[in-house]
Amino acid sequence: MTALLEVTDLGKRFGGVEAVADLDLEVSAGELLGLIGPNGAGKSTVFNLINGVVAPDSGRIVFAGANITGNAPYIVARHGIARAHQIVQPLAGLSVLENCTVGACFGRDNLSLARAREIAREVVTTVGLAERMDTLAGSLTTAGKKRLELARALSARPRLLLLDEVLAGLNPTEVEEMIEIVQDIRRAGVAILMIEHVMRAIMRLSDRIVVLDLGRKLAAGRPQEVANDPKVIEAYLGDSNLLATTDGAA
Amino acid sequence: MISVRLSSFRPFPWLILIVTAAFALVPWWTDNVTWRENLILAALDITLASNLNLMLGYAGYVNFGNIVMFGLGGYIGVYLVSVWHWPLLGATLAGAIAVSIIAYLFGLGVLRLRGAYFALATIGVNEAVSVFVTNFEPWGGATGLYLSLGAYAPLGGPGRALWIVYFLMVAVMGLSLALSYAIRHSKFGLGLLAIGENEDAAATLGVPTRIYKAMVYSVSAFLPAIAGGLYFFKSGIIEPSGAFDLTTSIEAIVMVMLGGQGTVAGPAIGAFLYEELRGYLLTAQTFSHFQLVVAGLLLLVIVLFAPGGLLGFVHQKLPFTRRWLE
Amino acid sequence: MAEILASVIDGVLIGAVYGLAAMGLTLIWGVMNVINLSHGAIIVFGMFALYSLSPMLGLNPYAALPIGVVIGFVAGMLLYWVAVHRVIGRPPLMSLLSTFAVNMVLIGLGTAFWSTSPYNVPVWLPSVSWQGYTYTGTHIMAAVLAAVIAGLLYLLLYRTRIGKAIRAVSANRAAAELSGIPTTQMLALSFGLGVTLAFASGMLIATLFPFTVLSGGAYQLKSFVVTVLGGLGNPAGALLGGIFLGLIEGVATPFMPVSWMPMIEFTLFVIVLIAFPRGIFSYSRT
Repeated sequence: MTALLEVTDLGKRFGGVEAVADLDLEVSAGELLGLIGPNGAGKSTVFNLINGVVAPDSGRIVFAGANITGNAPYIVARHGIARAHQIVQPLAGLSVLENCTVGACFGRDNLSLARAREIAREVVTTVGLAERMDTLAGSLTTAGKKRLELARALSARPRLLLLDEVLAGLNPTEVEEMIEIVQDIRRAGVAILMIEHVMRAIMRLSDRIVVLDLGRKLAAGRPQEVANDPKVIEAYLGDSNLLATTDGAA
Repeated sequence: MISVRLSSFRPFPWLILIVTAAFALVPWWTDNVTWRENLILAALDITLASNLNLMLGYAGYVNFGNIVMFGLGGYIGVYLVSVWHWPLLGATLAGAIAVSIIAYLFGLGVLRLRGAYFALATIGVNEAVSVFVTNFEPWGGATGLYLSLGAYAPLGGPGRALWIVYFLMVAVMGLSLALSYAIRHSKFGLGLLAIGENEDAAATLGVPTRIYKAMVYSVSAFLPAIAGGLYFFKSGIIEPSGAFDLTTSIEAIVMVMLGGQGTVAGPAIGAFLYEELRGYLLTAQTFSHFQLVVAGLLLLVIVLFAPGGLLGFVHQKLPFTRRWLE
Repeated sequence: MAEILASVIDGVLIGAVYGLAAMGLTLIWGVMNVINLSHGAIIVFGMFALYSLSPMLGLNPYAALPIGVVIGFVAGMLLYWVAVHRVIGRPPLMSLLSTFAVNMVLIGLGTAFWSTSPYNVPVWLPSVSWQGYTYTGTHIMAAVLAAVIAGLLYLLLYRTRIGKAIRAVSANRAAAELSGIPTTQMLALSFGLGVTLAFASGMLIATLFPFTVLSGGAYQLKSFVVTVLGGLGNPAGALLGGIFLGLIEGVATPFMPVSWMPMIEFTLFVIVLIAFPRGIFSYSRT
């Protein structure tokens, strides 16, 4: 099975700092790949490189057979990659519905405004924001904004979803709800590349995990393999509790 | 503030139609030339403000040089009529098309940058084009171009020509409002609004930001260019300082902000209110310099305390107006 | 050829003053990501300040400089609190419009007080002869003073605690706030400094050339060109860029009428913007 997303030998420097180096990565259709690593490991940079916000210095990114290395963000979006940002970027003056309509309109399929609005409506309802359909995005709670971020990315009906710390800043109940939503998305067949620090979540959700440290791939494999890898444990300062499975302290 | 409902009846386009019809019919029925002269200026202001709003209110890009489109359209139109004896309609259309193409190309180059840089570039555009035209002999240099009385003959003489130009200007005003409305409810418009809210997020969502920005810049040049052709044909003379008057550019911005940027009716309301204000100031004070001070203070107050302008305020207090007065 | 050299040297001298003006603009831009569209008007007020202060206080124009600097600084901080403070977090469009509104008010007031007639500040300094060409004393003095003020700014930014605080706020406001720096006051201070530099450059220009209330536009354009040449938020780059612009003007002046200069500068501006979207020194804040 050819991978949906193939990242080969990816590299990026910012001034003197090597943010990402020699990175190989693969996400298959319908798979959820977790991307973890200590702070500053380069995870968000990888996302920026994939969706075109930043152009790589070296390497190739191939998505569904097409070479998207260095493409502008809007072209990457057209190929079917959507992103939910770590620091949420709501279109504050537009309503929740309109935010998602933008996502639907300009995503993978070149939809008409009316059709896009229908799809947006469905997604908003699925994600649980139906009551807030006409609320201005700027006046949502943090949890609401995070959910909107996700809904907006989903509205584009992507083949690959880049989730950047969608659980950050949520209380335990909200985390559970969000995990449910992510699992629903997975079941719908969307491939997901997920950056997360909430370990129990990433352990539960991921099919495979890639660990980054200082811009390089430290380890890769099934969650349990990675959790028991001594290099990984060391990278997280020897705190093996951090990588305990599903019901671990987190 | 925008509110999108799926109900089928949209009252606002009818309002546009009614207002346009009123502009056209009232002076004609009453055969009142004074009203016609006042209303043609109002129609011009509304045209300029509405089209400026496409960039300023929708996409969030300030175009300080918006008067350039008006002036260039005027120059091309008058030039084609006086030197090449083109008919009025053809000349103004040619001018508008030329200006739109130039705007698109200029936009593609300059709009790949952010709003701030674009704003700076447009500040200089007015000055640069003005200097260029002042030194451009084929267009009369500093003295400009004149239209002989013969130019009005194809339209049936100066008297009739003035009425024809009036109706055309009203049509341009109506088209401007209609265009503003149509874009607002289109996919293109949604993309522009997204750009105005958060350009990076819009790009990630798939909005082709650079192309959309260049397109709206180009589109926002078309009708003002026609208005320029019409206005200076009517005046019979065009010269650099009148065609590229920075004050008018600035006033258009104040009109949009005063009435409510991002709405369709806002710029029109702002244009009307500002006209009244300006008229009052000019008669109340002998110093026209204070016009600029007052406009500046007005703009400052709006930006600091009521960035949504008058219509934004009304929409907030009376939500039902969002559908009736977009 | 030697004539061109003389023109170039003169251009470089004046360019130092352009650089000083641009430093004010780029400082504000770099620290708080605000483009001060009242920059030109402030330069004009600096010009008129010199015109008014020296006869008022019976001082030699150069002695009036320090007083002008203080006035400029106070006015700058006031301007921050009135027009800029509320729009800091908001979309850049708002700060463009608010500073533009200030510009309108200032020019309007200026026209009301001083009309649009030309004014002149008579300054007498001996000229310097070198290699058979004379260089106006005022030009040399202006360049020297511009360099001195630039040097003082450097000392302030890099050798004092306040300067460090300003640089911290410029790099990362949130982090600076968390470190205990009163960021809002630093922003006000930076804006005040930026305005002071523009004001001072206006005073210096007044010693060189006649001016009107409407002269600001041309100098504002020069400042923009210099700022993008030198890189945003880079005061040293601004000074160098100013000198570079002065050089270009010096080369061009023998060959073309002065009225074409704004067009050339504008074209240069657009070209630099399009060709170097992140600024020539790759320091940008977009």
